[in-house]
Amino acid sequence: MSPIHYVALAVILFVIGGVGVLVRRNAIVVFMCIELMLNACNLAFVAFARMHGNLNGQVIAFFVMVVAAAEVVVGLAILMAIYRARRSASVDDANLLKW
Amino acid sequence: MRLVLAGAANGDFVAVEWVYWILAIGAVAAALAMILVRRAVHCAIMLAVVMLCLATMYAMEGAPFLAFVQIIVYTGAVLMLFLFVLMLIGISSSDSIVETIKGQRLAAALLAIGLLVLLALGIGHAAIGPAPPATAANSTNNLTGIAQLIFTTYVFPFEVTGALLITAAVGAMVLAHRERAQPRPTQRELAARRLAGGHLAPSPPPGVYALHDAADRPALLPDGSTAQDSVSSALSPRDPNEPPRIVRSEKTPEITEGTGERDPEPASPVVPSGRAEQ
Repeated sequence: MSPIHYVALAVILFVIGGVGVLVRRNAIVVFMCIELMLNACNLAFVAFARMHGNLNGQVIAFFVMVVAAAEVVVGLAILMAIYRARRSASVDDANLLKW
Repeated sequence: MRLVLAGAANGDFVAVEWVYWILAIGAVAAALAMILVRRAVHCAIMLAVVMLCLATMYAMEGAPFLAFVQIIVYTGAVLMLFLFVLMLIGISSSDSIVETIKGQRLAAALLAIGLLVLLALGIGHAAIGPAPPATAANSTNNLTGIAQLIFTTYVFPFEVTGALLITAAVGAMVLAHRERAQPRPTQRELAARRLAGGHLAPSPPPGVYALHDAADRPALLPDGSTAQDSVSSALSPRDPNEPPRIVRSEKTPEITEGTGERDPEPASPVVPSGRAEQ
């Protein structure tokens, strides 16, 4: 398989994740869609690493995974705090900063 | 996976192509299902499917280390974290399908098509050549090569990543921490409170000595009075001497008034439910 196939799949997954972030209301599902986008980026990184014949892309994908794990930990903790205060995980209900 | 890797190395492209298409269709279908299903748990399962498909693809692309990290860290840890939080927030939480912003879905669809076209054009203009065999990059060993890169070229980002992880863990602990409003009562205070309350024994659960043992019947104390605090505050307590209302049949739940203390026909399927009268 040529890398173009993998990159095309990564683009499709990225766009689907973006649509999920825009459309869904549950904050956890929004987080999962962001994870989907990050996974799509990782797929593109791995495909490019294969294309260039070195391992730099794989190392970057590894770093992306680590950063995604940190992001999920903090994001879910924020989500829990919001849920404790407002009894809702919907992104529509966290509107205190709205003017 | 070893077989797939060997296939990619030997130029057995037919099998690799089949595996690719199956995985790609599976991943895209699962991703679409993820943004279409309403319950968050189903979303998480669909995301797991996507991640496992991608892990297999990493293995096909000559990245076995990333494939295992994807399975262990992403599917095993990150997704389980999602599921933990889902359990805390409520497993049955589902999205509302009401559009709060007018025309939001249409705008999202337009934006998605725009992004897709933009990215497709970008890829179309890029010169993406054919891939060399995966063994070229993994000249010694995939794991050894990645370790060499991480601890030489990328050693500074690696250290920064460690700092980031520690910061994230401490931040999550701070965010999840809840200060106690009052100090925790000691054992002596608890004992004194129980002595002052009058009941030395543990308080009875609902339904004890009452006519009926439903959860909303308060217990009868030995002196005949009712223990109102034996019923959960989420329920509205009922009179413990009130006879139960009986639903005769499951097909046609006709609600009849119970006449005596016992059901006159014990053989019939009786569902003595507290909810039946509501």
